[in-house]
Amino acid sequence: MILQTKGIGKSFGSVLALREVSMSVEAGHVTCVLGDNGAGKSTLIKILAGVHQHDAGSLLVDGAETRFGSPRDALDRGIATVYQDLAMIPLMSVWRNFFLGSEPRKGLGFDVAKARRVARDELRAMGIDIRDVDQPVGTLSGGERQSVAIARAVYFGARVLILDEPTSALGVKQAGVVLRYIARARDRGLGVVFITHNPHHAYPVGDRFLLLNRGTSLGEFAKADITREKLTSLMAGEAELKELAHELERD
Amino acid sequence: MTATAGRADERVAEVGPLRRLLIRPELGAVVGAVVVFAFFASQSAVFRSLPGIANWLDPAATLGIMAVAIALLMIGGEFDLSAGVMTGTTGLILVTLATRYGMNVWAAMLVGLVVALAVGLFNGLIVTRTRLPSFIVTLGTFLMLQGVNLGVTKALTGTVQVSGLRTAWGFDSAHTVFAGTIQIGGASFRVAILWWLLVTAVATWVLMRSRQGNWIFAVGGGEQAARAVGVPAARTKIALFMTTAFAAWLVGSILALRYTSVQANVGIGQEFIYIIAAVIGGCLLTGGYGSAIGAAIGAVIFGMADKGIVFLGWDADWFMFFLGAMLLLATLANRLVRRYAEEVKH
Ligand SMILES: Nc1ncnc2c1ncn2[C@@H]1O[C@H](COP(=O)(O)OP(=O)(O)O)[C@@H](O)[C@H]1O
Ligand SMILES: [Mg+2]
Repeated sequence: MILQTKGIGKSFGSVLALREVSMSVEAGHVTCVLGDNGAGKSTLIKILAGVHQHDAGSLLVDGAETRFGSPRDALDRGIATVYQDLAMIPLMSVWRNFFLGSEPRKGLGFDVAKARRVARDELRAMGIDIRDVDQPVGTLSGGERQSVAIARAVYFGARVLILDEPTSALGVKQAGVVLRYIARARDRGLGVVFITHNPHHAYPVGDRFLLLNRGTSLGEFAKADITREKLTSLMAGEAELKELAHELERD
Repeated sequence: MTATAGRADERVAEVGPLRRLLIRPELGAVVGAVVVFAFFASQSAVFRSLPGIANWLDPAATLGIMAVAIALLMIGGEFDLSAGVMTGTTGLILVTLATRYGMNVWAAMLVGLVVALAVGLFNGLIVTRTRLPSFIVTLGTFLMLQGVNLGVTKALTGTVQVSGLRTAWGFDSAHTVFAGTIQIGGASFRVAILWWLLVTAVATWVLMRSRQGNWIFAVGGGEQAARAVGVPAARTKIALFMTTAFAAWLVGSILALRYTSVQANVGIGQEFIYIIAAVIGGCLLTGGYGSAIGAAIGAVIFGMADKGIVFLGWDADWFMFFLGAMLLLATLANRLVRRYAEEVKH
Protein backbone atom coordinates (compact mmCIF):
# COMPACT_ATOMS: atom_id res chain seq x y z
CA MET A 1 0.00 0.00 0.00
CA ILE A 2 1.45 3.34 -0.99
CA LEU A 3 -1.24 5.39 0.66
CA GLN A 4 -3.74 4.56 3.35
CA THR A 5 -6.16 6.38 5.61
CA LYS A 6 -7.50 4.92 8.87
CA GLY A 7 -10.63 6.43 10.35
CA ILE A 8 -9.69 9.83 9.02
CA GLY A 9 -11.83 12.89 9.80
CA LYS A 10 -11.95 16.60 9.10
CA SER A 11 -14.23 19.39 10.21
CA PHE A 12 -14.49 22.99 9.05
CA GLY A 13 -15.70 24.89 12.09
CA SER A 14 -19.02 23.27 12.92
CA VAL A 15 -19.25 21.39 9.59
CA LEU A 16 -18.16 17.75 9.89
CA ALA A 17 -17.02 17.32 6.30
CA LEU A 18 -15.49 13.88 6.81
CA ARG A 19 -15.80 11.21 9.53
CA GLU A 20 -14.14 7.83 10.06
CA VAL A 21 -13.07 7.19 6.48
CA SER A 22 -10.65 4.38 5.68
CA MET A 23 -9.25 3.69 2.24
CA SER A 24 -6.12 2.47 0.53
CA VAL A 25 -4.21 3.01 -2.70
CA GLU A 26 -1.99 0.37 -4.26
CA ALA A 27 0.59 0.73 -7.02
CA GLY A 28 -0.80 -0.23 -10.42
CA HIS A 29 -4.38 -0.08 -9.15
CA VAL A 30 -7.22 2.40 -9.36
CA THR A 31 -9.16 3.34 -6.22
CA CYS A 32 -12.41 5.07 -7.07
CA VAL A 33 -14.02 7.46 -4.59
CA LEU A 34 -17.73 7.79 -5.26
CA GLY A 35 -20.32 10.02 -3.70
CA ASP A 36 -22.90 12.67 -4.38
CA ASN A 37 -22.18 16.39 -4.28
CA GLY A 38 -21.11 17.43 -0.81
CA ALA A 39 -20.26 13.87 0.22
CA GLY A 40 -16.74 14.90 1.18
CA LYS A 41 -14.82 13.55 -1.81
CA SER A 42 -12.84 16.73 -2.41
CA THR A 43 -12.14 17.11 1.31
CA LEU A 44 -10.75 13.58 1.45
CA ILE A 45 -8.40 14.00 -1.46
CA LYS A 46 -7.29 17.42 -0.26
CA ILE A 47 -6.06 15.69 2.87
CA LEU A 48 -4.20 13.16 0.73
CA ALA A 49 -2.74 16.02 -1.32
CA GLY A 50 -1.56 18.13 1.60
CA VAL A 51 -4.03 20.98 1.06
CA HIS A 52 -5.92 20.27 4.29
CA GLN A 53 -4.76 18.53 7.45
CA HIS A 54 -6.91 15.83 9.01
CA ASP A 55 -8.02 16.33 12.60
CA ALA A 56 -8.90 12.70 13.38
CA GLY A 57 -7.57 9.30 12.37
CA SER A 58 -4.31 8.71 10.55
CA LEU A 59 -2.73 9.04 7.14
CA LEU A 60 -0.09 6.49 6.17
CA VAL A 61 2.43 6.77 3.35
CA ASP A 62 4.33 3.53 2.68
CA GLY A 63 3.00 2.29 5.99
CA ALA A 64 4.41 5.16 8.05
CA GLU A 65 2.15 7.72 9.68
CA THR A 66 2.47 11.07 7.95
CA ARG A 67 1.08 14.59 8.08
CA PHE A 68 1.64 16.86 5.10
CA GLY A 69 2.35 20.51 5.77
CA SER A 70 1.70 21.68 2.22
CA PRO A 71 0.93 20.43 -1.30
CA ARG A 72 4.68 20.60 -1.92
CA ASP A 73 5.25 18.01 0.84
CA ALA A 74 2.81 15.63 -0.79
CA LEU A 75 4.37 16.22 -4.21
CA ASP A 76 7.80 15.47 -2.79
CA ARG A 77 6.46 12.12 -1.58
CA GLY A 78 5.24 11.38 -5.11
CA ILE A 79 1.59 12.25 -4.61
CA ALA A 80 0.32 14.39 -7.47
CA THR A 81 -3.16 15.83 -7.74
CA VAL A 82 -5.18 17.07 -10.68
CA TYR A 83 -7.98 19.25 -9.36
CA GLN A 84 -11.47 19.71 -10.65
CA ASP A 85 -11.28 23.33 -11.82
CA LEU A 86 -7.83 24.49 -10.92
CA ALA A 87 -5.77 22.04 -12.88
CA MET A 88 -4.23 24.52 -15.32
CA ILE A 89 -3.72 28.18 -15.97
CA PRO A 90 -5.74 29.07 -19.08
CA LEU A 91 -3.68 32.01 -20.30
CA MET A 92 -0.38 30.13 -20.15
CA SER A 93 0.92 27.89 -22.91
CA VAL A 94 0.81 24.11 -22.70
CA TRP A 95 4.54 23.78 -22.10
CA ARG A 96 4.62 26.51 -19.43
CA ASN A 97 1.77 24.77 -17.62
CA PHE A 98 3.41 21.39 -18.03
CA PHE A 99 6.50 22.46 -16.11
CA LEU A 100 4.90 24.93 -13.73
CA GLY A 101 6.46 24.66 -10.30
CA SER A 102 9.15 22.22 -11.52
CA GLU A 103 10.84 24.16 -14.31
CA PRO A 104 14.04 22.60 -15.70
CA ARG A 105 17.02 24.83 -14.99
CA LYS A 106 19.71 26.01 -17.33
CA GLY A 107 22.24 28.11 -15.49
CA LEU A 108 20.24 30.73 -13.64
CA GLY A 109 17.28 30.45 -15.96
CA PHE A 110 14.54 28.18 -17.20
CA ASP A 111 15.51 25.77 -19.98
CA VAL A 112 12.73 26.83 -22.32
CA ALA A 113 13.88 24.76 -25.29
CA LYS A 114 13.97 21.60 -23.20
CA ALA A 115 10.57 22.38 -21.66
CA ARG A 116 8.99 22.73 -25.11
CA ARG A 117 10.58 19.56 -26.43
CA VAL A 118 9.85 17.39 -23.40
CA ALA A 119 6.25 18.58 -23.16
CA ARG A 120 5.67 17.71 -26.82
CA ASP A 121 7.35 14.29 -26.51
CA GLU A 122 5.64 13.34 -23.26
CA LEU A 123 2.22 14.22 -24.54
CA ARG A 124 2.86 12.19 -27.64
CA ALA A 125 4.08 9.24 -25.55
CA MET A 126 0.77 9.29 -23.65
CA GLY A 127 -1.01 9.33 -26.99
CA ILE A 128 -2.16 12.93 -26.54
CA ASP A 129 -2.12 14.75 -29.81
CA ILE A 130 -1.71 18.43 -29.03
CA ARG A 131 -1.34 20.47 -32.18
CA ASP A 132 0.91 23.11 -30.75
CA VAL A 133 2.46 23.22 -27.29
CA ASP A 134 2.67 27.02 -27.57
CA GLN A 135 -1.09 27.46 -27.56
CA PRO A 136 -2.71 28.72 -24.36
CA VAL A 137 -4.23 25.93 -22.29
CA GLY A 138 -7.53 27.83 -22.34
CA THR A 139 -7.89 26.94 -26.01
CA LEU A 140 -7.74 23.20 -25.27
CA SER A 141 -10.85 21.12 -24.71
CA GLY A 142 -11.69 19.99 -21.18
CA GLY A 143 -10.53 16.45 -21.89
CA GLU A 144 -7.28 17.66 -23.40
CA ARG A 145 -6.59 19.76 -20.34
CA GLN A 146 -7.15 16.84 -18.00
CA SER A 147 -4.95 14.68 -20.19
CA VAL A 148 -2.12 17.22 -20.15
CA ALA A 149 -2.36 17.37 -16.35
CA ILE A 150 -2.20 13.58 -16.13
CA ALA A 151 0.79 13.40 -18.49
CA ARG A 152 2.51 16.04 -16.37
CA ALA A 153 2.03 14.07 -13.16
CA VAL A 154 3.27 10.88 -14.81
CA TYR A 155 6.34 12.64 -16.18
CA PHE A 156 7.26 14.06 -12.79
CA GLY A 157 7.47 10.59 -11.34
CA ALA A 158 4.23 10.58 -9.40
CA ARG A 159 3.61 7.30 -7.58
CA VAL A 160 0.08 8.27 -6.74
CA LEU A 161 -2.14 10.26 -9.06
CA ILE A 162 -5.23 11.85 -7.57
CA LEU A 163 -7.92 13.01 -10.01
CA ASP A 164 -10.82 15.08 -8.71
CA GLU A 165 -13.83 14.56 -10.96
CA PRO A 166 -11.80 14.65 -14.19
CA THR A 167 -14.75 13.43 -16.23
CA SER A 168 -17.66 15.29 -14.68
CA ALA A 169 -17.62 18.25 -17.08
CA LEU A 170 -16.99 16.13 -20.15
CA GLY A 171 -19.12 14.58 -22.85
CA VAL A 172 -19.26 10.83 -23.35
CA LYS A 173 -16.46 10.65 -25.89
CA GLN A 174 -14.09 12.95 -24.01
CA ALA A 175 -14.72 11.13 -20.75
CA GLY A 176 -13.72 7.94 -22.56
CA VAL A 177 -10.46 9.56 -23.59
CA VAL A 178 -9.65 10.56 -20.02
CA LEU A 179 -10.54 7.08 -18.73
CA ARG A 180 -8.08 5.66 -21.25
CA TYR A 181 -5.30 7.89 -19.84
CA ILE A 182 -6.19 6.78 -16.35
CA ALA A 183 -5.74 3.18 -17.46
CA ARG A 184 -2.47 4.09 -19.12
CA ALA A 185 -1.15 5.73 -15.96
CA ARG A 186 -2.22 2.64 -13.99
CA ASP A 187 -0.39 0.40 -16.47
CA ARG A 188 2.73 2.46 -15.88
CA GLY A 189 2.53 1.37 -12.26
CA LEU A 190 0.96 4.43 -10.65
CA GLY A 191 -1.61 4.17 -7.92
CA VAL A 192 -4.61 6.19 -9.05
CA VAL A 193 -7.31 7.80 -6.91
CA PHE A 194 -10.22 8.58 -9.19
CA ILE A 195 -13.00 10.73 -7.79
CA THR A 196 -16.31 10.74 -9.58
CA HIS A 197 -20.02 10.72 -8.95
CA ASN A 198 -20.62 8.59 -12.02
CA PRO A 199 -20.49 4.82 -11.33
CA HIS A 200 -20.44 4.15 -15.07
CA HIS A 201 -17.12 5.96 -15.31
CA ALA A 202 -15.75 4.32 -12.17
CA TYR A 203 -16.67 0.71 -12.73
CA PRO A 204 -14.68 -0.05 -15.92
CA VAL A 205 -11.34 1.29 -14.59
CA GLY A 206 -11.70 0.81 -10.83
CA ASP A 207 -10.11 -1.99 -8.78
CA ARG A 208 -11.47 -0.76 -5.49
CA PHE A 209 -14.43 1.46 -4.66
CA LEU A 210 -14.90 3.75 -1.68
CA LEU A 211 -18.41 5.07 -1.25
CA LEU A 212 -19.00 8.29 0.64
CA ASN A 213 -22.29 9.68 1.81
CA ARG A 214 -22.62 12.92 3.77
CA GLY A 215 -19.09 12.69 5.05
CA THR A 216 -19.14 9.06 6.15
CA SER A 217 -17.97 5.89 4.44
CA LEU A 218 -20.51 3.36 3.15
CA GLY A 219 -17.60 0.95 2.81
CA GLU A 220 -14.64 0.15 0.59
CA PHE A 221 -15.24 -2.68 -1.86
CA ALA A 222 -12.94 -4.72 -4.10
CA LYS A 223 -14.22 -5.09 -7.65
CA ALA A 224 -14.89 -8.81 -7.09
CA ASP A 225 -17.23 -7.99 -4.22
CA ILE A 226 -19.51 -5.58 -5.98
CA THR A 227 -21.45 -5.46 -9.24
CA ARG A 228 -22.02 -2.39 -11.36
CA GLU A 229 -25.70 -2.49 -10.44
CA LYS A 230 -24.99 -2.65 -6.74
CA LEU A 231 -22.51 0.20 -7.06
CA THR A 232 -25.03 2.32 -8.93
CA SER A 233 -27.79 1.73 -6.47
CA LEU A 234 -25.55 2.32 -3.45
CA MET A 235 -24.43 5.54 -5.04
CA ALA A 236 -27.90 6.83 -5.64
CA GLY A 237 -29.24 5.59 -2.33
CA GLU A 238 -31.59 2.68 -3.01
CA ALA A 239 -34.47 3.95 -0.96
CA GLU A 240 -34.25 7.42 -2.45
CA LEU A 241 -34.29 6.02 -5.98
CA LYS A 242 -37.42 3.96 -5.31
CA GLU A 243 -39.08 6.96 -3.82
CA LEU A 244 -38.11 9.05 -6.82
CA ALA A 245 -39.38 6.43 -9.25
CA HIS A 246 -42.63 6.34 -7.36
CA GLU A 247 -42.91 10.10 -7.34
CA LEU A 248 -42.28 10.40 -11.08
CA GLU A 249 -44.67 7.61 -12.01
CA ARG A 250 -47.76 8.62 -13.94
CA ASP A 251 -51.03 7.67 -12.33
CA MET B 1 -9.57 16.30 -29.33
CA THR B 2 -8.02 13.42 -31.17
CA ALA B 3 -7.60 10.31 -29.13
CA THR B 4 -5.36 8.48 -31.54
CA ALA B 5 -2.07 10.07 -32.44
CA GLY B 6 -1.37 10.81 -36.05
CA ARG B 7 -4.89 11.71 -37.09
CA ALA B 8 -5.29 15.45 -37.39
CA ASP B 9 -8.46 17.02 -36.09
CA GLU B 10 -10.35 18.24 -39.10
CA ARG B 11 -12.35 20.75 -37.06
CA VAL B 12 -9.33 22.79 -36.10
CA ALA B 13 -7.76 25.09 -38.62
CA GLU B 14 -3.98 25.35 -38.65
CA VAL B 15 -2.74 28.08 -36.35
CA GLY B 16 -1.06 30.35 -38.84
CA PRO B 17 1.95 32.51 -38.13
CA LEU B 18 -0.29 35.58 -38.39
CA ARG B 19 -2.62 34.29 -35.70
CA ARG B 20 0.34 33.54 -33.49
CA LEU B 21 1.67 37.07 -34.00
CA LEU B 22 -1.74 38.46 -33.14
CA ILE B 23 -1.68 36.92 -29.70
CA ARG B 24 1.63 38.55 -28.78
CA PRO B 25 0.71 40.97 -25.99
CA GLU B 26 2.89 43.81 -27.26
CA LEU B 27 1.43 43.87 -30.76
CA GLY B 28 -1.07 46.63 -30.01
CA ALA B 29 1.63 48.83 -28.48
CA VAL B 30 3.93 48.35 -31.49
CA VAL B 31 1.19 49.32 -33.93
CA GLY B 32 0.23 52.27 -31.72
CA ALA B 33 3.84 53.47 -31.48
CA VAL B 34 4.31 53.30 -35.27
CA VAL B 35 1.10 55.26 -35.88
CA VAL B 36 1.89 57.91 -33.28
CA PHE B 37 5.44 58.28 -34.55
CA ALA B 38 4.30 58.55 -38.16
CA PHE B 39 1.75 61.19 -37.21
CA PHE B 40 4.09 63.49 -35.27
CA ALA B 41 7.08 62.87 -37.55
CA SER B 42 5.07 63.91 -40.59
CA GLN B 43 3.94 67.12 -38.87
CA SER B 44 7.15 68.21 -37.20
CA ALA B 45 10.73 68.13 -38.48
CA VAL B 46 12.06 68.67 -34.96
CA PHE B 47 10.20 65.61 -33.75
CA ARG B 48 12.00 63.31 -36.18
CA SER B 49 15.42 64.93 -35.76
CA LEU B 50 18.02 63.32 -33.51
CA PRO B 51 17.74 66.01 -30.79
CA GLY B 52 13.96 65.66 -31.02
CA ILE B 53 14.18 61.92 -30.49
CA ALA B 54 16.51 62.46 -27.53
CA ASN B 55 13.92 64.88 -26.20
CA TRP B 56 10.94 62.52 -26.30
CA LEU B 57 12.92 59.44 -25.27
CA ASP B 58 13.69 61.14 -21.95
CA PRO B 59 10.16 61.11 -20.45
CA ALA B 60 9.70 57.68 -22.04
CA ALA B 61 12.72 56.41 -20.09
CA THR B 62 11.74 57.46 -16.57
CA LEU B 63 8.13 56.47 -17.14
CA GLY B 64 9.27 53.28 -18.84
CA ILE B 65 11.31 52.05 -15.88
CA MET B 66 8.22 52.31 -13.71
CA ALA B 67 5.84 50.93 -16.34
CA VAL B 68 8.00 47.83 -16.81
CA ALA B 69 8.07 47.12 -13.06
CA ILE B 70 4.33 47.75 -12.79
CA ALA B 71 3.78 45.45 -15.78
CA LEU B 72 5.53 42.60 -13.98
CA LEU B 73 3.40 43.27 -10.90
CA MET B 74 0.20 43.41 -12.96
CA ILE B 75 1.07 40.18 -14.75
CA GLY B 76 1.44 38.77 -11.23
CA GLY B 77 -2.14 39.91 -10.58
CA GLU B 78 -1.56 42.94 -8.34
CA PHE B 79 -1.50 46.74 -8.44
CA ASP B 80 0.70 49.25 -6.67
CA LEU B 81 -0.80 52.70 -6.24
CA SER B 82 2.03 53.75 -3.96
CA ALA B 83 4.64 53.47 -6.73
CA GLY B 84 4.33 57.09 -7.87
CA VAL B 85 4.58 58.73 -4.48
CA MET B 86 7.47 56.37 -3.64
CA THR B 87 9.58 58.06 -6.33
CA GLY B 88 9.03 61.23 -4.26
CA THR B 89 9.81 59.55 -0.95
CA THR B 90 13.13 58.14 -2.17
CA GLY B 91 14.13 61.45 -3.79
CA LEU B 92 13.26 63.36 -0.62
CA ILE B 93 15.29 60.95 1.51
CA LEU B 94 18.27 61.32 -0.81
CA VAL B 95 18.25 65.11 -0.89
CA THR B 96 17.40 65.55 2.81
CA LEU B 97 20.11 63.20 4.08
CA ALA B 98 22.76 64.56 1.69
CA THR B 99 22.04 68.26 2.23
CA ARG B 100 20.84 68.51 5.84
CA TYR B 101 22.77 65.67 7.46
CA GLY B 102 25.96 65.87 5.37
CA MET B 103 25.68 62.30 4.22
CA ASN B 104 27.51 61.09 1.13
CA VAL B 105 25.11 61.01 -1.84
CA TRP B 106 25.77 57.31 -2.44
CA ALA B 107 25.10 56.47 1.20
CA ALA B 108 21.93 58.57 1.14
CA MET B 109 20.81 56.66 -1.95
CA LEU B 110 21.43 53.40 -0.13
CA VAL B 111 19.20 54.54 2.72
CA GLY B 112 16.53 55.48 0.19
CA LEU B 113 16.81 52.01 -1.34
CA VAL B 114 16.43 50.29 2.03
CA VAL B 115 13.36 52.37 2.85
CA ALA B 116 11.81 51.68 -0.58
CA LEU B 117 12.40 47.94 -0.29
CA ALA B 118 10.89 47.99 3.21
CA VAL B 119 7.76 49.70 1.86
CA GLY B 120 7.59 47.14 -0.95
CA LEU B 121 7.97 44.32 1.56
CA PHE B 122 5.23 45.89 3.70
CA ASN B 123 2.85 46.11 0.73
CA GLY B 124 3.64 42.55 -0.27
CA LEU B 125 3.25 41.10 3.21
CA ILE B 126 -0.07 42.84 3.85
CA VAL B 127 -1.48 41.78 0.49
CA THR B 128 -0.35 38.15 0.71
CA ARG B 129 -1.21 37.69 4.40
CA THR B 130 -4.63 39.34 4.40
CA ARG B 131 -5.63 38.53 0.80
CA LEU B 132 -7.07 42.05 0.63
CA PRO B 133 -7.10 43.62 -2.85
CA SER B 134 -3.75 45.28 -3.48
CA PHE B 135 -5.69 48.21 -4.92
CA ILE B 136 -6.89 49.09 -1.41
CA VAL B 137 -3.75 48.13 0.49
CA THR B 138 -1.45 50.22 -1.71
CA LEU B 139 -3.97 53.06 -1.77
CA GLY B 140 -3.44 53.13 1.99
CA THR B 141 0.34 53.10 1.60
CA PHE B 142 0.03 55.80 -1.05
CA LEU B 143 -1.89 58.13 1.29
CA MET B 144 0.44 57.42 4.19
CA LEU B 145 3.54 58.14 2.14
CA GLN B 146 1.95 61.27 0.72
CA GLY B 147 1.37 62.49 4.28
CA VAL B 148 4.88 61.59 5.39
CA ASN B 149 6.47 63.25 2.35
CA LEU B 150 4.71 66.55 3.02
CA GLY B 151 4.74 66.41 6.80
CA VAL B 152 8.41 65.59 7.23
CA THR B 153 9.53 68.02 4.52
CA LYS B 154 7.54 70.88 6.07
CA ALA B 155 8.77 70.06 9.56
CA LEU B 156 12.40 70.04 8.47
CA THR B 157 12.48 72.94 6.01
CA GLY B 158 9.35 74.97 6.64
CA THR B 159 8.71 74.71 2.89
CA VAL B 160 7.43 71.99 0.60
CA GLN B 161 10.70 71.22 -1.12
CA VAL B 162 14.26 70.20 -0.35
CA SER B 163 17.10 71.44 -2.55
CA GLY B 164 20.83 72.04 -2.82
CA LEU B 165 21.93 68.54 -3.78
CA ARG B 166 24.49 69.94 -6.26
CA THR B 167 26.99 70.83 -3.55
CA ALA B 168 26.59 67.56 -1.64
CA TRP B 169 29.49 65.19 -1.11
CA GLY B 170 29.64 62.54 -3.90
CA PHE B 171 27.13 64.36 -6.11
CA ASP B 172 29.28 64.46 -9.26
CA SER B 173 29.91 60.74 -9.53
CA ALA B 174 26.30 59.85 -8.73
CA HIS B 175 25.07 62.47 -11.18
CA THR B 176 27.20 61.00 -13.97
CA VAL B 177 25.89 57.48 -13.37
CA PHE B 178 22.19 58.31 -12.91
CA ALA B 179 21.53 61.71 -14.43
CA GLY B 180 24.28 62.33 -16.94
CA THR B 181 24.00 62.68 -20.69
CA ILE B 182 25.65 60.94 -23.61
CA GLN B 183 26.44 62.72 -26.89
CA ILE B 184 25.39 60.85 -30.01
CA GLY B 185 25.50 62.61 -33.37
CA GLY B 186 25.31 66.06 -31.82
CA ALA B 187 22.29 65.25 -29.68
CA SER B 188 22.55 64.66 -25.96
CA PHE B 189 20.71 61.59 -24.72
CA ARG B 190 19.92 61.17 -21.05
CA VAL B 191 21.68 58.26 -19.38
CA ALA B 192 18.26 57.33 -17.93
CA ILE B 193 17.52 55.88 -21.37
CA LEU B 194 20.25 53.29 -20.79
CA TRP B 195 18.80 52.42 -17.38
CA TRP B 196 15.40 52.01 -18.99
CA LEU B 197 16.77 49.69 -21.68
CA LEU B 198 18.61 47.69 -19.04
CA VAL B 199 15.54 47.38 -16.81
CA THR B 200 13.42 46.33 -19.82
CA ALA B 201 15.98 43.73 -20.92
CA VAL B 202 16.34 42.23 -17.44
CA ALA B 203 12.57 42.20 -16.88
CA THR B 204 12.00 40.50 -20.23
CA TRP B 205 14.60 37.88 -19.47
CA VAL B 206 13.10 37.20 -16.06
CA LEU B 207 9.61 36.96 -17.49
CA MET B 208 10.35 34.78 -20.50
CA ARG B 209 13.46 32.85 -19.55
CA SER B 210 13.49 32.30 -15.81
CA ARG B 211 11.57 30.03 -13.47
CA GLN B 212 10.43 33.07 -11.53
CA GLY B 213 8.94 34.43 -14.75
CA ASN B 214 6.82 31.33 -15.11
CA TRP B 215 5.67 31.81 -11.52
CA ILE B 216 4.75 35.45 -12.18
CA PHE B 217 2.43 34.47 -15.05
CA ALA B 218 1.04 31.67 -12.90
CA VAL B 219 0.22 33.64 -9.75
CA GLY B 220 -1.52 36.26 -11.89
CA GLY B 221 -3.31 33.79 -14.15
CA GLY B 222 -4.49 31.36 -11.49
CA GLU B 223 -3.09 31.66 -8.00
CA GLN B 224 -4.82 28.58 -6.62
CA ALA B 225 -3.63 26.35 -9.44
CA ALA B 226 -0.12 27.76 -9.08
CA ARG B 227 -0.05 27.05 -5.34
CA ALA B 228 -1.34 23.53 -5.91
CA VAL B 229 1.68 22.64 -8.08
CA GLY B 230 4.11 24.08 -5.58
CA VAL B 231 4.71 27.63 -6.85
CA PRO B 232 5.75 29.89 -3.94
CA ALA B 233 2.95 32.35 -4.67
CA ALA B 234 3.36 34.64 -1.66
CA ARG B 235 7.11 34.95 -2.13
CA THR B 236 6.65 35.70 -5.83
CA LYS B 237 4.18 38.48 -5.10
CA ILE B 238 6.28 40.00 -2.34
CA ALA B 239 9.28 40.00 -4.70
CA LEU B 240 7.16 41.82 -7.30
CA PHE B 241 6.15 44.54 -4.84
CA MET B 242 9.79 44.94 -3.89
CA THR B 243 10.78 45.14 -7.55
CA THR B 244 8.30 47.96 -8.04
CA ALA B 245 9.74 49.70 -4.99
CA PHE B 246 13.24 49.24 -6.41
CA ALA B 247 12.14 50.86 -9.68
CA ALA B 248 10.58 53.75 -7.75
CA TRP B 249 13.88 54.24 -5.93
CA LEU B 250 15.80 54.22 -9.22
CA VAL B 251 13.50 56.77 -10.84
CA GLY B 252 13.30 58.88 -7.67
CA SER B 253 17.09 59.01 -7.47
CA ILE B 254 17.48 59.79 -11.19
CA LEU B 255 15.06 62.71 -10.94
CA ALA B 256 16.53 64.04 -7.67
CA LEU B 257 20.06 63.98 -9.10
CA ARG B 258 18.86 65.58 -12.31
CA TYR B 259 16.97 68.51 -10.77
CA THR B 260 19.01 68.62 -7.50
CA SER B 261 15.80 69.43 -5.64
CA VAL B 262 12.59 67.54 -4.91
CA GLN B 263 9.07 68.84 -4.36
CA ALA B 264 7.27 67.08 -1.52
CA ASN B 265 4.28 66.31 -3.75
CA VAL B 266 6.26 64.80 -6.62
CA GLY B 267 5.07 61.53 -8.14
CA ILE B 268 1.47 61.91 -6.98
CA GLY B 269 -0.87 60.98 -9.83
CA GLN B 270 1.86 59.15 -11.70
CA GLU B 271 0.73 55.74 -10.41
CA PHE B 272 -2.15 55.65 -12.88
CA ILE B 273 0.10 56.70 -15.76
CA TYR B 274 2.31 53.66 -15.05
CA ILE B 275 -0.72 51.39 -15.08
CA ILE B 276 -1.99 52.97 -18.31
CA ALA B 277 1.39 52.46 -20.00
CA ALA B 278 1.42 48.83 -18.88
CA VAL B 279 -2.11 48.30 -20.19
CA ILE B 280 -1.25 49.91 -23.52
CA GLY B 281 1.69 47.50 -23.55
CA GLY B 282 -0.72 44.56 -23.41
CA CYS B 283 -1.13 43.84 -19.69
CA LEU B 284 -4.55 42.60 -18.67
CA LEU B 285 -6.05 44.34 -15.63
CA THR B 286 -7.01 40.90 -14.38
CA GLY B 287 -3.42 39.63 -14.42
CA GLY B 288 -1.68 36.64 -15.92
CA TYR B 289 -0.89 38.20 -19.26
CA GLY B 290 1.32 40.97 -20.55
CA SER B 291 4.84 41.92 -21.52
CA ALA B 292 7.71 44.04 -20.24
CA ILE B 293 8.69 45.15 -23.75
CA GLY B 294 5.07 46.13 -24.35
CA ALA B 295 5.09 48.34 -21.26
CA ALA B 296 8.36 49.94 -22.41
CA ILE B 297 6.77 50.68 -25.79
CA GLY B 298 3.69 51.99 -24.01
CA ALA B 299 6.00 54.46 -22.30
CA VAL B 300 7.48 55.48 -25.69
CA ILE B 301 3.98 56.28 -26.94
CA PHE B 302 3.58 58.53 -23.92
CA GLY B 303 6.91 60.23 -24.43
CA MET B 304 6.11 60.89 -28.09
CA ALA B 305 2.66 62.26 -27.36
CA ASP B 306 3.88 64.32 -24.41
CA LYS B 307 6.60 66.09 -26.39
CA GLY B 308 4.99 65.82 -29.83
CA ILE B 309 1.99 67.88 -28.75
CA VAL B 310 4.40 70.59 -27.55
CA PHE B 311 6.40 70.48 -30.80
CA LEU B 312 3.18 70.99 -32.76
CA GLY B 313 2.36 73.97 -30.57
CA TRP B 314 -0.88 72.43 -29.34
CA ASP B 315 -2.33 73.02 -25.94
CA ALA B 316 -0.94 70.44 -23.50
CA ASP B 317 -4.48 69.64 -22.38
CA TRP B 318 -4.86 67.52 -25.49
CA PHE B 319 -2.39 65.12 -23.98
CA MET B 320 -5.03 63.93 -21.52
CA PHE B 321 -7.52 63.37 -24.32
CA PHE B 322 -4.92 61.37 -26.18
CA LEU B 323 -4.18 59.34 -23.05
CA GLY B 324 -7.78 58.39 -22.56
CA ALA B 325 -8.24 57.42 -26.20
CA MET B 326 -5.12 55.24 -26.20
CA LEU B 327 -6.21 53.53 -23.00
CA LEU B 328 -9.65 52.69 -24.37
CA LEU B 329 -8.23 51.37 -27.62
CA ALA B 330 -5.67 49.25 -25.82
CA THR B 331 -8.21 47.81 -23.41
CA LEU B 332 -10.49 46.85 -26.29
CA ALA B 333 -7.60 45.20 -28.14
CA ASN B 334 -6.53 43.32 -25.00
CA ARG B 335 -10.04 42.05 -24.48
CA LEU B 336 -10.00 40.42 -27.91
CA VAL B 337 -6.70 38.74 -27.09
CA ARG B 338 -8.04 37.44 -23.83
CA ARG B 339 -11.19 36.13 -25.48
CA TYR B 340 -9.09 34.23 -27.96
CA ALA B 341 -6.73 32.82 -25.36
CA GLU B 342 -9.40 31.92 -22.87
CA GLU B 343 -12.20 30.59 -25.01
CA VAL B 344 -12.76 27.27 -23.34
CA LYS B 345 -14.01 24.48 -25.52
CA HIS B 346 -15.59 21.49 -23.92
N1 LIG C 1 -13.05 24.95 3.15
C1 LIG C 1 -14.26 24.60 3.61
N2 LIG C 1 -14.85 25.31 4.60
C2 LIG C 1 -16.07 24.95 5.08
N3 LIG C 1 -16.77 23.90 4.64
C3 LIG C 1 -16.24 23.15 3.66
C4 LIG C 1 -14.95 23.47 3.09
N4 LIG C 1 -14.69 22.54 2.14
C5 LIG C 1 -15.74 21.73 2.10
N5 LIG C 1 -16.67 22.07 3.01
C6 LIG C 1 -17.94 21.38 3.26
O1 LIG C 1 -17.67 20.01 3.43
C7 LIG C 1 -18.64 19.21 2.77
C8 LIG C 1 -17.99 18.27 1.78
O2 LIG C 1 -17.52 19.03 0.65
P1 LIG C 1 -16.65 18.42 -0.52
O3 LIG C 1 -15.55 17.61 0.07
O4 LIG C 1 -16.24 19.53 -1.41
O5 LIG C 1 -17.69 17.48 -1.25
P2 LIG C 1 -17.65 16.80 -2.69
O6 LIG C 1 -16.33 17.06 -3.31
O7 LIG C 1 -17.91 15.35 -2.42
O8 LIG C 1 -18.77 17.39 -3.49
C9 LIG C 1 -19.63 20.17 2.15
O9 LIG C 1 -20.74 20.29 3.02
C10 LIG C 1 -18.87 21.46 2.08
O10 LIG C 1 -19.75 22.56 2.19
MG1 LIG D 1 -15.73 18.06 -5.19
